[in-house]
This record gives sequence, C-alpha cells and structure tokens, in this order.
Amino acid sequence: MDFINHFIVPGIIGGIFLFGVARGVNTFDAFLEGAREGLSTAVSITPALICLLTAVAMFKASGALDVLSWGLSPLAQAVGLPGEVIPLALLRPISGSGAMVLFNDLLAVYGPDSFIGRVASVMEGSTETTFYTIAVYYGATHVTRTRHTLPSALSADLAGILMSGVAVRLFLGAI
Amino acid sequence: MMSYIISGMILLAILTGGIGGNMAAVSTAAMNGCGQAVQLVISLTGTICLWSGVMRVADRSGLTDAMSRMFRPITRFLFRELSEESPAMKAISMNMAANLLGLGNAATPLGLAAMKELEKENRRAPAASQAMVTFVVLNTASLQLLPTTNAYLRLAAGSKEPMEILPAVWLASSVSIGVGVLMTRLLAGWRKS
Repeated sequence: MDFINHFIVPGIIGGIFLFGVARGVNTFDAFLEGAREGLSTAVSITPALICLLTAVAMFKASGALDVLSWGLSPLAQAVGLPGEVIPLALLRPISGSGAMVLFNDLLAVYGPDSFIGRVASVMEGSTETTFYTIAVYYGATHVTRTRHTLPSALSADLAGILMSGVAVRLFLGAI
Repeated sequence: MMSYIISGMILLAILTGGIGGNMAAVSTAAMNGCGQAVQLVISLTGTICLWSGVMRVADRSGLTDAMSRMFRPITRFLFRELSEESPAMKAISMNMAANLLGLGNAATPLGLAAMKELEKENRRAPAASQAMVTFVVLNTASLQLLPTTNAYLRLAAGSKEPMEILPAVWLASSVSIGVGVLMTRLLAGWRKS
C-alpha cells in the first residue's frame, strides 16, 4: 500500500513530462508558463486564507468548541452518534489539521476498532475542510456572491456526519 | 454567506473566551493565526506552481483532452451549462482525477485552475455561476477512493483492520456528495442575484 503510494506522485509527474517530450512539446517552456500562473493564484488566495485562519485560530483558542460540543451532544445521541465525536464533526469543516489531531486523540483514547473509533474514522474519511475549500476556491476568482454554495456544502457535510453513524452500524455493528 | 461564518466564529471566540477567562489565548491566537496563514501560502505556492506547470505540460501534449473525455459521462451530467470543449472541463476533470487518487496536494491547484477557467465563462459575475457552485461543493465533499492517511493513522493506533471502514466511508461519502449535488440544484433558483 505504502509502496504504491510513494510511486504515484513521481510516476504522474514523470509520466506527463515523458509523454510531453515524446509528443514533441517544449515541456520546460510549458511548465514555466503554468507555474507563472500558479504564482499569481497563490497571491490571490492569500487574503482569504489570512481572514479564515485568523478566525479559526481565535475560535479554537477560545474553548468555544467545547461549549458547542457540550450543547450539541444530546442532539447527537438522539441521531445515533456518540457525543465523543461531536468536537470532530464541528471542527472538520473548519480546520483540517485541527480535525486530524482530534481524530488521532479519539483513536488513542477509545481505540480504532471501538464504535467511537470507527465512527470517527468514517467521519474523518467522508468529509472535507469545507470552509477552507470555499474560501480558497473563491479567493482565486473575483466572485463576491457565492450564492447557494455554503448551504449546499453544509447540507452535504451534515449528511456525511449523520451517515457515518448509520454506515458503521450497518457494516460493522453497533459496538 | 462566508461573512456570517467568519464573523460568527470571531464573535463566539470573544464570548466564550471572555466568559471562560481565555482571552489571553484568543489574543495570541489572532496574532499567530494570520502569520500561520502566510506560512501556509508559502508552502502552498510550491505545490500550486508545480501542479499548474505539470498541468500545462499535460495540456500541450493532449493528455488533459483524453482525461476530460474519460470524465465526460460524469461531467456532462454535473456541469450541463458548460460546453464539452470548454477549457474549464479539462481542469475540472484533472481535479477530479487528483481527488479520486487522494492527491490532495494536486487537487487544490488543479481546482484553482478550474475556478479561473470557470470565471472566464461566468455570465453572472460578480456572483458565482451554477457550474462554480457545483464544482466547489464537490470539492468540499470527499471524493477519495482510498482514504490512505486515515487508514495509516488507524494502523498506527493499533487497529487490527485499518481498512475495514472502507464500505462505510464509501456509503457516507456517496450520500454526502449526492445530498450536496441535489442541494445545488434545488437551491439554484433561490437567491437569484
């Protein structure tokens, strides 16, 4: 598994370059042209990232996550999710690295093959860092009105979170 | 919409930080957070440039055309308003391929390239087009076939079956993606701007 993984990135880069050379493309020139555009993309997403990450850092440091999780845990139990995974569900759309740390803690405390560990694994594996994606993707454009992006993305997240409990029960049992 | 989320997070941080006596931590976090964002951009700049460059090489040699033909059955359904020859379609297909393979580092730069192409065809500017909304929502959901980092962390934590969660992950992500796409369609008429 790991072996294959280590080959994917070099294989893709090497394959594309070799294919380009074989097709008579000036690969170096083409690369520079693309990379130059990449440079301006990186600059254009910076303000959005600064705004989002500052807010996320303040949110994480304040302890608001614990308060929200405490408030939401009865609701979570009502829909069949263990209260322990609620902080992960709340942090996942906001911070990928933060969620990774929480996920690791849950695995260490409850064990990866426990119900809590499995639900956390499925939740972590079936969702993405929603706010980061929205901020960065639109940050690369001049769009100021994202219309129904956020409500749709959050509905998808909610569905993924609810389904992680259901799917673990379905495939692996409720213990 | 993002304004509410950002302002809400800051407001919550100040409220709970103030009541819980964590204000010093919140203050430090604000100062560090903005710096961390710039550090993140610097490390991202490398991967963005690398994959944008590789993508251009693939473009010139006709590989992206082949890729977008491969994804056409899916993209035709998801992005009805885009023409099949649109350059955005190629970038979208490359982004989807990277997502499926779990190459997050490549998916973001390719996704940003797709957004720039979509912007050229955006007739609703400065509002997002339906194609942009669909594309971003797809990227906020997980399309990864094999969650390898996840399985690796499970293995490291002593799991006997790190991959046993796969069917459950596929089910949960499929439902999540389905709901996301459905909502982009249902809400399309709402908030016309």
